[in-house]
Amino acid sequence: MEKFKVLVVDDEQDFLETLVNRLKKRDIDTLGAASGEEALKIMKDNLFDAVVLDIKMPGGMDGIETLREMKKIQPLAEIVLLTGHGSVETSIEGLKLGAFDYLLKPIKLEELLVKLSLAFEKKDLHSHKIRNLKIKELLR
Amino acid sequence: MKNTLYSSLRRKIILLTLIVSLAPLILLGATIYYQFEKMYREKIEEQIKYRSQAQAEAVDRFLKTRMAILGAMADTHSFWQMTDENYLSQLFQIMNLRQGNFVDLGVIDNVGQHRAYVGPYDIKKFNYFHEPWFDEVMSKGIYISNVYTGYRKLPHFIIAVRRQENQQTWILRATIDPEVFGEIVRSAQVGKTGDAYIVNSEGVYQTLPRFDGEILSKSLIQPSLFGSGTAVLSADGKSGRRLLYAGSWLKNNKWLLVISQEVSDEMENLFETQYMEIFIVLSGVLAIILTTVLTTRMTINRLIANDARMNELNAQLMQSDKLAALGKMAAGVAHEINNPLAVILQKTGWMEDLLLEEDFQASDNLNEFKSSIRKIEEHVERARKVVHNMLGYARKMEPHLEDVDINDTINQTISLLENYARNNNIDIQTDLSSRLPIIASDQAQLQQVFLNLISNAIDAIGKDGLIEVISRISDDQVTVSIKDDGPGIPEDKQKRIFDPFFTTKEAGKGTGLGLWVSYSIVEKLGGRIGLKSEVGKGATFTVEIPITTPEKK
Repeated sequence: MEKFKVLVVDDEQDFLETLVNRLKKRDIDTLGAASGEEALKIMKDNLFDAVVLDIKMPGGMDGIETLREMKKIQPLAEIVLLTGHGSVETSIEGLKLGAFDYLLKPIKLEELLVKLSLAFEKKDLHSHKIRNLKIKELLR
Repeated sequence: MKNTLYSSLRRKIILLTLIVSLAPLILLGATIYYQFEKMYREKIEEQIKYRSQAQAEAVDRFLKTRMAILGAMADTHSFWQMTDENYLSQLFQIMNLRQGNFVDLGVIDNVGQHRAYVGPYDIKKFNYFHEPWFDEVMSKGIYISNVYTGYRKLPHFIIAVRRQENQQTWILRATIDPEVFGEIVRSAQVGKTGDAYIVNSEGVYQTLPRFDGEILSKSLIQPSLFGSGTAVLSADGKSGRRLLYAGSWLKNNKWLLVISQEVSDEMENLFETQYMEIFIVLSGVLAIILTTVLTTRMTINRLIANDARMNELNAQLMQSDKLAALGKMAAGVAHEINNPLAVILQKTGWMEDLLLEEDFQASDNLNEFKSSIRKIEEHVERARKVVHNMLGYARKMEPHLEDVDINDTINQTISLLENYARNNNIDIQTDLSSRLPIIASDQAQLQQVFLNLISNAIDAIGKDGLIEVISRISDDQVTVSIKDDGPGIPEDKQKRIFDPFFTTKEAGKGTGLGLWVSYSIVEKLGGRIGLKSEVGKGATFTVEIPITTPEKK
């Protein structure tokens, strides 16, 4: 089976580093980005199954904007939002824009893993559907 | 401090009002009192003076008439006619025919010898040459004596006129009936205390006074005190009462006709009027004092009540300001804490991950590490909960209006807590008003408030007790009271009871956020939450919720 490919976007360096390490340790192919801009750049070169995006990053691109751009670059990548209490409304806006789900910080890794696997399943389903559609198209 | 302020204010208002309102009243009263008395006295003096004058004139007329009669008799008769006692007697009868009031009549020659006499007394033999009046009548031609007893030992006075007839000079002398004369004077003795009499220039009674004295005895009057004509003066009488005297001089200032009157007798009407005036003024003063004191007390009491209400409002305002500020701060702090917490949680998670590796598994302290990490996670979780509570409610603050039946909400809340209460042998009783309307409010938040208050009550009681939940309706609000019979809350803690992180529970047992959150919820819903408690008498929390009618759908 293919490896999970996950991108973690968070401006808190310690958090980012640790989360990336822990995901990697669970055999998930993980990359980290410290800002929205950096994340978009990475996404142009690499395909991801899921993105963990901190919605509140002071300075630089804000979470919603980043989310919108990501959906343009890789519409199939499922995006899990990380949010503080003050930005739940923003997260809900994010869901409307096509984010998969959101989690309240501070998160437990187990919760994140559950969400990621759900996201992956969904993404897989989508991919299959698309693949099947393509096959059908070819057969026609 | 405040009380002395109020009472000094009260004193000032009362004093000022009294001075301003009483001073003119008393001044006016006193002026009327004295002016009236002065006028009245003047009137009385005027009256008595007039009476004295009139009486003196009457007496004067009487004397003058007698002198004229006597003079006419002397001038129209010759000495030899007069010395005929039969003729004289006839003349005497004619003179007395129409109120002559002569007692006797005598003719005296120029050496003082009685030459003829008609009258009841045997005095013909007397010679008057050495009497003082004889000289006077011889030189002045007419004489009226003082009252004296003379040879006949009876008080009387005489009138004598001189007749110059050729070489012969003689005197016609008559005695005036003292009774008749006295009667004229006495006719002025009026009223209960009025007196009228004549004294001579030495102050000896010439007529019988009504009180205190005999004819010819010395009176208390000092005639020298009376000026010329008619004079009025007042002096203390024998009885010690004040008397008013009016004296008119008669008979070439030899006699003084005195009319006297007790001042009190004449002044009775005045005194009555004055008493009445004093009574009216005093009633006015009393009414003013009473009204001033009462209205001032009323005003001050209203002021005190207003101040108290103002203070209460201020306190409430300060409380809500304080809580709002604290809330903002708490939310800010909580937010800042969340990020480090997230990092810590990840780091400990990473450490746990690493501990699974083989070289660590062999370590002696593996279990120590594991339990330390677990502890760290546990406490991060605790901190997370605090932050979650704080931010969670802040997040949900915007009320979501729906139709709420408050009694239903209360009952649901109690059913949630019933088991917990029963385990601690605490009885929860309800007394819910059946008239509560359905209102527009936020059921979930209200339930949160009731849950906090009732579970606090259970915690406060501990074991064995009673909680009463009462709902009532007033004009524009529903009031829910939650009353426990626990230990009560000391006053110093009551002020801080709604502050975030303030708790009376043991460390670790309560976050100190429940009442703060309840306070914020109720305030957001437009109501108020209050506390009444005394140590040893339990505590009553009151939630007031405005009645907002749901919009018609």
